[in-house]
This record gives sequence, C-alpha cells and structure tokens, in this order.
Amino acid sequence: MTQTTMDRAAKATPVRVARRIRGLSDRAIAWIFVAPTIFLLLAINIFPLIWTIRLSFTNYKANRAGREIKEIGLRNYERILTDSDIWLNMQATAHFLVWTIVLQVLIGFTLAWLINRKFKGNDLWTTIIVLPMMLSPAVVGNFWKFLYQPQIGLFNYIVAFFTGREPSSFEMLGSVELAPWAIVIVDTWMWTPFVMLICLAGLRSIPDYIYEAAEIDRASPIRQFFTITIPMVLPFLMLAVLFRGIENFKMFDLVVQLTGGGPGSTTELTSINLKREAFEKWRTGYASAYAIILFVTVFGLASIYVKALNRVKER
Amino acid sequence: MSAFSVTEPSKRAKGVAATLVIFYAIVTMIPLAWIFITGFKSPADAIAYPPKVVFQPTLEGYVNLFTTRTRQTQEFLDANPPENWAEEIVRQYDMVIVGPSKFGERFLNSVIIGFGSTFLSVFLGTLAAYAFSRFKIPLADDLLFFILSTRMMPPIAVAIPIFLMYRELGLSDTHLGMILLYTAVNISLAVWLLKGFIDEIPREYEEAALIDGYTRFQAFYKVVLPQAATGIASTAIFCLIFAWNEYAFAVLLTSATAQTAPPFIPTIIGIGGLDWPAVAAGATLFLLPVMIFTILLRRHLLRGITFGAVRK
Repeated sequence: MTQTTMDRAAKATPVRVARRIRGLSDRAIAWIFVAPTIFLLLAINIFPLIWTIRLSFTNYKANRAGREIKEIGLRNYERILTDSDIWLNMQATAHFLVWTIVLQVLIGFTLAWLINRKFKGNDLWTTIIVLPMMLSPAVVGNFWKFLYQPQIGLFNYIVAFFTGREPSSFEMLGSVELAPWAIVIVDTWMWTPFVMLICLAGLRSIPDYIYEAAEIDRASPIRQFFTITIPMVLPFLMLAVLFRGIENFKMFDLVVQLTGGGPGSTTELTSINLKREAFEKWRTGYASAYAIILFVTVFGLASIYVKALNRVKER
Repeated sequence: MSAFSVTEPSKRAKGVAATLVIFYAIVTMIPLAWIFITGFKSPADAIAYPPKVVFQPTLEGYVNLFTTRTRQTQEFLDANPPENWAEEIVRQYDMVIVGPSKFGERFLNSVIIGFGSTFLSVFLGTLAAYAFSRFKIPLADDLLFFILSTRMMPPIAVAIPIFLMYRELGLSDTHLGMILLYTAVNISLAVWLLKGFIDEIPREYEEAALIDGYTRFQAFYKVVLPQAATGIASTAIFCLIFAWNEYAFAVLLTSATAQTAPPFIPTIIGIGGLDWPAVAAGATLFLLPVMIFTILLRRHLLRGITFGAVRK
C-alpha cells in the first residue's frame, strides 16, 4: 500500500490535535451517521427475515414454546404450493389487485387531467379529494361496514335510491358475489387520490412549449392527447401502479375491518390468510414459509416491473 | 389556436373540469361527513331507516365513548339525582357512569408512540440521509435499495419473528417496542425523502463554512439543518401519519398497556352490538387531527407524496 504525504502528515499529528483542527474525519462522520439506521434495520427487518427463513423449515408453534422443534426441510413449502385453498386466496388477491389498479388509474388519471385545466380553486379541491388516503384504513374500514349495512346503511340507501331496488335486497359484505367488489370500492375511494397526485405531477412536468408546437402544427386535441400527454405521463402512471400494487398485495387493515375475509373466504386476501395461520392457528413454521413465498413473489414481480419501467423511461 | 388548448384552457373547458372535480370531491366526502354527523346522533337515530340527515343532535356518542356505564335499579336512580349533563344523558337508559373508558388511554398511547417514533425516525433519517447525500459510502446504491426494499414485506410477515423476538426481550405490548418498530418501518421512507431534500442544498454552503473554520459537525447543524427544515418537517408529518394510522402491528403486538386507538375504536360495544355513535365519535376525534393537518400543510404534503414517488 502506498502512503501519500497527506496520510503520513495525518499520522504524525497527534489525534487530539487533528480533531481540534478538522473535527472528526468525514469517513468517521459518515459511519456514525449511517450506523444507527443500518443497525435498526438489521435488528428489526433483516434479523427477523433471517429468523423467518429459519423457522420456515421447522414445525415450530409459537403458542407451545416448550415443544421440541423439528426440522422438516421443505415440507412447509410443498404443502403451501399444493394447497388449493391458498390458490383461492391468491385469486381473491389478484381480483382485488387488478380491479383496484384499473379503477384507480382510470379515475385518478381523469381527475388529474381535469385538475390540470388549472381552474380557480383547484388547489383546495385537490386537498379535499386527497383526504381519504391520509386516514387510518382500519378506522375508516370499520366505518364503511356501517355504510354497507343492508337496511340502515347509507351506501345501500343511495344505491337503492338511484336503482329503485330495495335497500335490504342486497348485502355488500354478506354475499359472495358482492363482497369482493365492496372491498374494491372502498380501496378505490381511499387510494384514487394517490394515483391522481402522481399523474398530476406527471402532467405538470410536461413543458408547455411541446403543446404550443403541436398547436402550431395543427395537431388535433385528440392527437395531442395520445402523442404527447399519454406517453409523457406513462412513466409516472407506471410508478403509481407499482406503489399501489405493492401496497395492495400487502393489504390487511382495511379489508380485515370490512369483511374479516368473509363471507366464507371470498375476500380472504393472502395477508389475512397469513394472519390466520400465524396468529390464530399458531402454525408458526408453516406461516413463516408462507411469508417467505409472499415476499419472494412481491420482490420478483416488482423487480420485473421496474425493469419494464426503466425501458419505458428510456424511450 | 384550437378551442381545447392544454396550455391555455378556454373558460368553458375550465368550467366543465371544475364541475366534475367538485362533484367528485363532494361524493368522496360523503362517508367522512357521515362519520362526523353519526357521532352526534342517538343510537336510535343512527340506525333509523331511511338514514336521517336531520335529527336532534346529542353528545351521547361522546359520553359513551369516554365512559363506562352500568344499569341501576330505580331506587338507586331516585336516591342519586344526576350531577352533570353527562349523567343526565346516561339516565335515559337507567344507567349511571361508573368510570372512564379506555379510549383516553388508547388515544394517549397513539400520541406517545406516534410522536416518539416520528422523532426517532426523522432524527436518525436526517443523519443517514446527510451521509448518503454528501459522503462516498461504499455500495451506497445497494444500501439505499436495501433500505427501501424493507417496505415490500407484508407487515404480517414481519410480525411473526418480531412477535417472537419481543416476547424474548420483554418488549411485547410496550411503548418502547412499538416506537422502535414504527421507527424501523418509517426510516426507509424518511431516508429517501430527506436525501432528496438535502441533495437540493448546494454543497458550496457547507464548503464555505468549512473554510471559515467550522467542523463538519458544526457545518451540518448550523448550515444544512436550517436549510433542510421544511423538508424535515414534511417528512416528519408523513412518519407521524403512518404511525398514527398503523393497525396490523398494533393489533398483533399490543393488547393492554401500549394499545393504540386504531385497534381499539372498532371494538367499542354498546347495547346489542356496536355502538355506532360512539364508534363514530371515536373515529371523528381520531381522524380530525390528520384532516386538519392535511388541509393546513397541503403545499408541503402534496409535494412530499409526489416527490417521494417521482424520485425513486
């Protein structure tokens, strides 16, 4: 290793004096500043993750701490991947994911596009629209249960008022056909503003001169929309979809309060199912394997998606 | 110029857009408005058909939210006349107030855990963000991605080992345990947002301070921190809102001493099922601070949401 003059000079100076002159070295400060964060993440995110991986190969049950823990290899994984009930949960999750994203993208983009007309007071109305996403999903979900009550609920009353049906003739949360849509409606109500805000940021990032140039070229508004607006907002929109996708794959609080996974298991999303296995049936080892499978799925899908996103951005 | 210019929308285009947006805003507010007014209904009005918009407002929901009550015999009620307005409300049901409910405690827990974890995540997050922004850190990009990827874990998946770990360490159902946990969840977002804010502050400011004889440390808190104040404040609000709203960890890891309000509010039971006015009252008190915050600080918040997203 070659030593520079600076290094030698630094070594020759007693440490105390050096500190008084320059304070701690940049490297030491960088280390001191980053260490607590890394330590916390290691202790509360990475260590638990490794522990989960360990547990996933055992038959451990957390409510029977004294019992001998047996290594059972890949048995947990095998059982999960061949369990048809879990595929039903995956289907429920997929239904929820696809429809919330489709609705939120359509409504969110339309709203952003309208707000971008810069009418007076758009700032205040944007804030009001954003309110639902700032609130506690569990508390709000719990209250929506009240709105969805067949006889007394406001939702049923309003739908009945406009369709002429009896408000007690349909149960949003109690029927197998409607419950999956009930959770889609509440999630869309809550999270459309998020997609809207990101689209708005995208729309506002388009410089005016591009539209002005298009107008000089007599491009029709429809043409402008499809050749300028859509392509320029697409990376933003895809980002919004990524965030909503990850969040809704993890969805727990809102749906557990609304339906608790029911009726039967029609709205039992993977997170709810996982909670049942881990904290009601106390099959800790099995649930750990399940958790790892979910994590790998999200991580894998997100990585593929990010690659696609980068390709769109490069264009 | 065509009639539908994007850069200079016509008056009519603006009017149509405004009408549609305002219509959506009003529809989206209905559930929230309904929570608010249900809090002031009597239980009978709350479950009336058709739903009542005009009704006699009462504070019954709020009284039920904050108190526990028991039914008493007629002799007892006759012998002890009601002492205050809250007692009088309860008397309609031949009941007396026997003590406070747990709501106050749960609300206080939310405040302690929310502010505690926000302080910690912003404090640690600012330090880390500064280091990532200014110094060469080996594998910085990988570390940043790692910090972010911790948010992809479903909370329930993380909760299994945390539950076991906290049981071993005696952190289950403690304020400290919840503060540390929420800090760990929030810190990834905090580092990302704050790094963005600090990146925007020109390095020349600190370099000038260093030349003037400041140490790195002094340059950090006398030059960088004041410049990043707005960014730090809006990051703090995001952390606070997350911790305030969090439910999954709270319901799994707390039960008595450290339980926050979100797992508690849905369990408020009245006569014959959920006491909807009391639930609505609790929800109102719990949601209102966030709504007021959002409206007051809308500029910073709305920027923060997209900022965080657009950078990544």
